[in-house]
Amino acid sequence: MTAVVDDMTWLEVGTLDEIPRQGARVLKREQGDIAVFRTAADEVFALLNRCPHRGGPLSEGILYGRNIVCPLHNWCLDLASGEAKGPDEGCAPAYATRVEAGRVFVCTEPN
Amino acid sequence: MNKERLVLVGNGMAGMRTIEELLKLEPDLYEITVFGAEPHPNYNRILLSPVLSGEKTIDEIILNSRDWYAEHGITLHTGDPVEHIDRRKRLVRSRSGLEVPYDRLVLATGSNPFIIPVPGADLPGVLGYRDIADVEAMIETARGFKRAIVIGGGLLGLEAAYGLQQQGMEVTVVHLLDTLMERQLDKPAAALLKASLEQRGLTFLMEAQTAAIQGRDRVESVRFADGSEIATDLVVMAVGIRPNMALAQNAGIHCERGIVVDDTMLTYDARIYAIGECVQHRGHCYGLVAPLFEQAKVCANHLAKLGYGRYHGSVTSTKLKVTGIDLFSAGQYQGGDGCEEILFQDPGAGIYKKLVIRENRLAGAVLYGDTIDGAWFFQLMREGTDISEIREDLLFGQAHLGDSGHGGQTQAALMTDEMQVCDCNGVCKGEIVKAITSKGLFTLEDVKLHTKAAASCGSCTGLVEQILASTLGSDYSTPEAKPICTCTDYSHDQVRAAIREQHLTSLSDCFEKLDWRRPDGCHVCRPALNYYLISTWPAEAIDDSQSRFVNERVHANIQKDGTYSVIPRIFGGETSPAQLRAIAEAAEKYAVRSVKITGGQRIDLLGLTKEQLPHIWKDLTDAGFVSGHAYGKSMRTVKTCVGSQWCRFGVQDSTKMGIELEELTWGSWTPHKFKLAVSGCPRNCAEATIKDFGVVAIESGWELHIGGNGGVKVRATDVLCRVTTPEQVKEYCGAFMQLYREEARYLERTAPWVERVGLAYIKKRIVEDEIGRRAFYKRFLESQAQAQVDPWKERAAGAEAHEFTALKQVNG
Ligand SMILES: Cc1cc2nc3c(=O)[nH]c(=O)nc-3n(C[C@H](O)[C@H](O)[C@H](O)COP(=O)(O)OP(=O)(O)OC[C@H]3O[C@@H](n4cnc5c(N)ncnc54)[C@H](O)[C@@H]3O)c2cc1C
Ligand code: FES
Repeated sequence: MTAVVDDMTWLEVGTLDEIPRQGARVLKREQGDIAVFRTAADEVFALLNRCPHRGGPLSEGILYGRNIVCPLHNWCLDLASGEAKGPDEGCAPAYATRVEAGRVFVCTEPN
Repeated sequence: MNKERLVLVGNGMAGMRTIEELLKLEPDLYEITVFGAEPHPNYNRILLSPVLSGEKTIDEIILNSRDWYAEHGITLHTGDPVEHIDRRKRLVRSRSGLEVPYDRLVLATGSNPFIIPVPGADLPGVLGYRDIADVEAMIETARGFKRAIVIGGGLLGLEAAYGLQQQGMEVTVVHLLDTLMERQLDKPAAALLKASLEQRGLTFLMEAQTAAIQGRDRVESVRFADGSEIATDLVVMAVGIRPNMALAQNAGIHCERGIVVDDTMLTYDARIYAIGECVQHRGHCYGLVAPLFEQAKVCANHLAKLGYGRYHGSVTSTKLKVTGIDLFSAGQYQGGDGCEEILFQDPGAGIYKKLVIRENRLAGAVLYGDTIDGAWFFQLMREGTDISEIREDLLFGQAHLGDSGHGGQTQAALMTDEMQVCDCNGVCKGEIVKAITSKGLFTLEDVKLHTKAAASCGSCTGLVEQILASTLGSDYSTPEAKPICTCTDYSHDQVRAAIREQHLTSLSDCFEKLDWRRPDGCHVCRPALNYYLISTWPAEAIDDSQSRFVNERVHANIQKDGTYSVIPRIFGGETSPAQLRAIAEAAEKYAVRSVKITGGQRIDLLGLTKEQLPHIWKDLTDAGFVSGHAYGKSMRTVKTCVGSQWCRFGVQDSTKMGIELEELTWGSWTPHKFKLAVSGCPRNCAEATIKDFGVVAIESGWELHIGGNGGVKVRATDVLCRVTTPEQVKEYCGAFMQLYREEARYLERTAPWVERVGLAYIKKRIVEDEIGRRAFYKRFLESQAQAQVDPWKERAAGAEAHEFTALKQVNG
């Protein structure tokens, strides 16, 4: 799948080193903060930083594999799609990311 | 490969049971579609009565949630009955017009309540008792109306009557005969039952034949054949059921009283099976779950193409599910030609037992008031055991057999492996014991999940618990082998032992050496492992902040709106004007939204953003505060009362003691939160007896308490011992905390831990073993040397800055 995205919407947010492994940092925006995650395997994902359950800050959750567990009530979301797993239903908007020479870009239009 | 298509008509207990049995044998053989006339996923019909009486909710009786269907790739159409079967084209058509082709079809349409065809039977307010809709209508009626009549004094009628009464209605039960539950009980037992139900406030009208139901817009009264009338707002008909076979009949499938099947549950159409209450097998129709589940097993065996299952019919037994009434009946309880009866009656105690014997075999039983031997009798009956040898003692139950020494044992221990425990799901003791030992089950929930025992009507729950207890011996409450999470098969204790014995000092070590299934664990095991690592190797293991819950990583408490609260430590709960001024100034400077005095004698500043945290910490640490660790699995607070310095009752200086204890213990990480308190006299104003470690001053020194909890489940402490000096208090406290830190499981509070290992064990380690105590204390101090670094001060000085700043800020 190669989505055609307007170059304007790719935003450089920082370097890979600035995001802790198995952790996240936040891109602050007026339209809603985006959490930028880095997995143990150095993949980068981005989700709107609001849990679909009750708006918990996903950037503060525990990350494992390609999952993030919300700190408020333990919903587990898929980092790639933002979909809640298991019995819970809901989805956090996901944003495309790419890493070039250690620089992290986030597409600020949701997928 | 194209899968074969299986369609199930009837999303009820028998049908879904067949699907579950099939999935156990062949999870991938079919593409499965299920049609249900009711708008619900499969639920436990047996438990409608507890829902009616308010003892359970509908959610609690759901057997297969919608998610379950989805997870197993089953297409479910609820609220959409199948109206037509086209056997030539091999497809079914539903009311909504859906057409679904099948390679095999299973009919499990259950039965319909029989409504006596009297005038007025179709008036609003006349109900059957069969499904959730009926129960909802009854509960609704009970809200607005007072009087109810239940027609039919059988099992179903009595359960309905009891439930309606629990909903606040005045209930009259009308029965055609002179004996209640005549299909299960003989006259004496029925009389006992009737008396006891009358005592509970039910009214009975016996030998009454309903002639008409009368009313204008809804039911107003019932008229009987003798001309008498009773006014009522609701009529529930529970006079029997009729197999629901219209669909099959219209499709030309051979039916008599029910859909006729052979011993493989096949109808006259070789592609169509039928099971459950809609079925007639060897001339019998069944109306209880146990035989239907036996049928389900056989049907699944053939659907899975194994081909050897045979159903030979069932002997059934009955229990009445009216809370507080013990009733069991099975087999030919009425006796008759060629039968002998053995009777036991104790009307005073409300006990009645009758055994029916034919040709030296038990043919039937009725037990009232004492049903403990029901399962055993039922077993003898089904196996056709020759009972001539034990006939004398039979009535007194299995415990009376043999020479002596059986008295103290539980019933479960006396059961043989072949004896059936759960009659609903046909599970015998041997299967349960095997599942417990081979799969490492420890709780009733586990056993239900793995064996289905006690998972339907629940009347064997007590027995299953006994079997658990007797199989696991005294270890019942010790979930020894329960894995930490789905990443591993190792238990908490095994992992901790491995960390110690193999000298594992990092998470990646653990994942690798212990064959973790997920390469970087999960949110359940990582915090636990991290704790075990840093508590076992305080000087070596590196605390992995990404494996800590947000509060411990950020050193503040996250609130539901994503802001944080900050609680500075106030040692022993004693503060000063200067401290209060510093807190007040910080609160104003950072526009703290609430200031709250906590239960642990601290001041909570609420509503701070993450970015503000290092700044307010700087101000607070400059004023001499350290982190209060109110956010962690750690030593929280030492609460004190005023003590002998001021209080006229105080016998020791509790405040000073409390401050010293807090100076000793602050900063330590524990399996779960850990709270202390020191009271200056036995009046115990600091509530030391609901703390993890409580100290109560006495004339001669201090009384030490452990294992208390003031949360959801309150537990008062156990007294550990008495000591005389403050130095001893500290040594015992440190040693106790260290024992807890080294041996309790992650997230286990002291209260359940003390209950699990026993007070005697802790006394042995801490009080009786002086050398051991000293060693614990020494290790505690060593660990504290690493732990007592103020996390706030470090972060105020710039540590972990990424944690408190945005990656980037954009506008617009
Ligand atoms: C209140 C109550 C208490 C009971 N207590 C006990 C007890 O204590 N012990 C015991 O052993 N048994 C008890 N029973 C009996 C037990 O519930 C039944 O024997 C059992 O549920 C029958 O299972 P089944 O699958 O044959 O029928 P059901 O569970 O009735 O399932 C049949 C399903 O098929 C649906 N259906 C019918 N026609 C169609 C169609 N054309 N298309 C799609 N769907 C259709 C029906 O709506 C129904 O949901 C009790 C029953 C009731 C009502
Ligand atoms: S807000 Fe995320 S789980 Fe509740």
